Amino acid sequence: MLKVENLHIDLGNFSLRDICFEVQPGEYFMLLGASGAGKSVVLESLAGLVHPRQGSISLNGTDITRLPIQKRKVGLVFQDFALFPHLSVEENILYRLKLRKKSRKEQAETLNRLACELNIEHLLKRSTTTLSGGEKQRVALARTLTLEPDVLLLDEPLASVDVSLKGELRSLLRRLNQKGQTIVHVTHDYEEAIALAHRIGIIEQGRIIQSGTPHEVFTQPKNRFVANFGGVKNFYPVRLEAHPDKETTRACITDTLSVQLMTHLKARKGFVLIGQKNILLATGPQELDTVNQFRGVIKEVIPARFGYEVVVDAGIVFYVSVTSEAVKTRGYTEGQTVWVAFNASSVKFIPG
Amino acid sequence: MQNASNFKLVFTLLGALVLLFLIAPLAGLILHSSATELSETLRDSEVNQSIALTLWTSMLATGLFALLAVPLAYLLARYSFWGKQLVLGIIDLPVVIPHSAAGIALLTVISRQGMLGKAGGLVGLEFPGTRAGIVMAMAFVSLPFLINAARDAFEAVPERLEKAALNLGASPVKVFFSISLPLAWRGIVSGLIMMFARGMSEFGAVVIVAYHPMITPVMIFERFGAFGLSYARPVAIVFIAVCLVFFIALRILSNTRRRAEG
Repeated sequence: MLKVENLHIDLGNFSLRDICFEVQPGEYFMLLGASGAGKSVVLESLAGLVHPRQGSISLNGTDITRLPIQKRKVGLVFQDFALFPHLSVEENILYRLKLRKKSRKEQAETLNRLACELNIEHLLKRSTTTLSGGEKQRVALARTLTLEPDVLLLDEPLASVDVSLKGELRSLLRRLNQKGQTIVHVTHDYEEAIALAHRIGIIEQGRIIQSGTPHEVFTQPKNRFVANFGGVKNFYPVRLEAHPDKETTRACITDTLSVQLMTHLKARKGFVLIGQKNILLATGPQELDTVNQFRGVIKEVIPARFGYEVVVDAGIVFYVSVTSEAVKTRGYTEGQTVWVAFNASSVKFIPG
Repeated sequence: MQNASNFKLVFTLLGALVLLFLIAPLAGLILHSSATELSETLRDSEVNQSIALTLWTSMLATGLFALLAVPLAYLLARYSFWGKQLVLGIIDLPVVIPHSAAGIALLTVISRQGMLGKAGGLVGLEFPGTRAGIVMAMAFVSLPFLINAARDAFEAVPERLEKAALNLGASPVKVFFSISLPLAWRGIVSGLIMMFARGMSEFGAVVIVAYHPMITPVMIFERFGAFGLSYARPVAIVFIAVCLVFFIALRILSNTRRRAEG
């Protein structure tokens, strides 16, 4: 088991504070954060490339906080792969085995096994400088796996890979993990987290602000940052006002704007979360059963992966997903007055 | 378009003037020497011995001091420490001080009363007026070329590659020899060539430390002083030709290696 306790690291103006997490054997743990949040520094400290000012790292019960890099059984795959450019693919993979003076037979067996597992048999004689991003990633993985690491550390492994190859590499990482490899992976992409991780930790400005399973974290985000990371943009801090005579509860977002929701929770303060796809957009007030209807002005119409994202300022900003067809027929443009509407049951309340 | 063309023309003319300034003395040297003079100089055993001595001592200075200079260059490229700027300044010192002054300074420590001279004396090694002295003088003035080139070459090696090797279980010594040195090799070879060439052409420091045995730059000076320009000129031509041949050959060799690696 990997156990990180109260890790504090100072690097120039940047510092990591009170980093704590545990990774069980065979677990896939992912650290999720924006660029500059400090997630790569956490990995480098686990690998021994940077030293903490305070705190401890233990692996299978042994304190490795001050152990030299080469003595930890922790394998790090760098974001830029760090393949040795003067060595061929084969020589890169065999680097550790040659260091350890393994027999030729053992070297050949390991090379064949890893090349087959990672599907790089055809690349072995190639120079590393001629490989594509995906190929480099596989070679770097193979080289690190020769270490037979207790924990495999991956620094943004899918960041420089084509979209078409991402799925393939995700399957590969999933397979490795299913074979029992413990993995700590850092990324800024929540989709990776949902696709791969057993548990995740969200890191912001040098602190882990929330951790749990991807479902726990993304359905119960602790703050706007976490919500945004999970792709939820309509996330607002609220004060609740119960209506004894009504089924719904009023959640005040500002002094003049509130939404109706259905909750049995008695908390007075918290956050509301409204899925972009649960909000209806119309050019005029609608005769709908929805209790939440607001008049606003379109600020932006942004092309999205599926259709468009329309940003509406109605005193607070709502993000609404609409189809391309709707944008075309309704002619949504910036500055246009529109109405947003959603059911009370579409509003999720998280106490906090 | 017209402006761009004029700009290029003016710069070409200015560049041509610089090239002319560099080529003219060398061309003059060749044009004013006869084939007979050159042929006699080539058969002159004193000249041949002097050229061999110059090449040999410069090679020795480069080879011996590379063993000390390359590790220093690595330290300077990889580590920050108190007084680093001072160390960098000291390394560049031989480039900026007059070489005759460098020779005097060097003589102070390598003479029999000097610190190095005394240490050498313990193992029967004398510096003033010997080949060892010439090696020291050549190394003193040419070391900055190797150290600076090697430092730049090590700095160009991404530190992450070294960290990756450490992560794979290599010791720092193994990392240096299997990753840093091979990747910095081109820059280091370039520095070795520059150091060798600079050492070979050194006059000021060597003439103070060891007038005899006579390296070619000192011989050219002596023949000019004693017999005049026409007597020194053919030696200068032969020596320049030898320098060029070596310089070009080493460059070709290092480029061939680069292509083979690339």
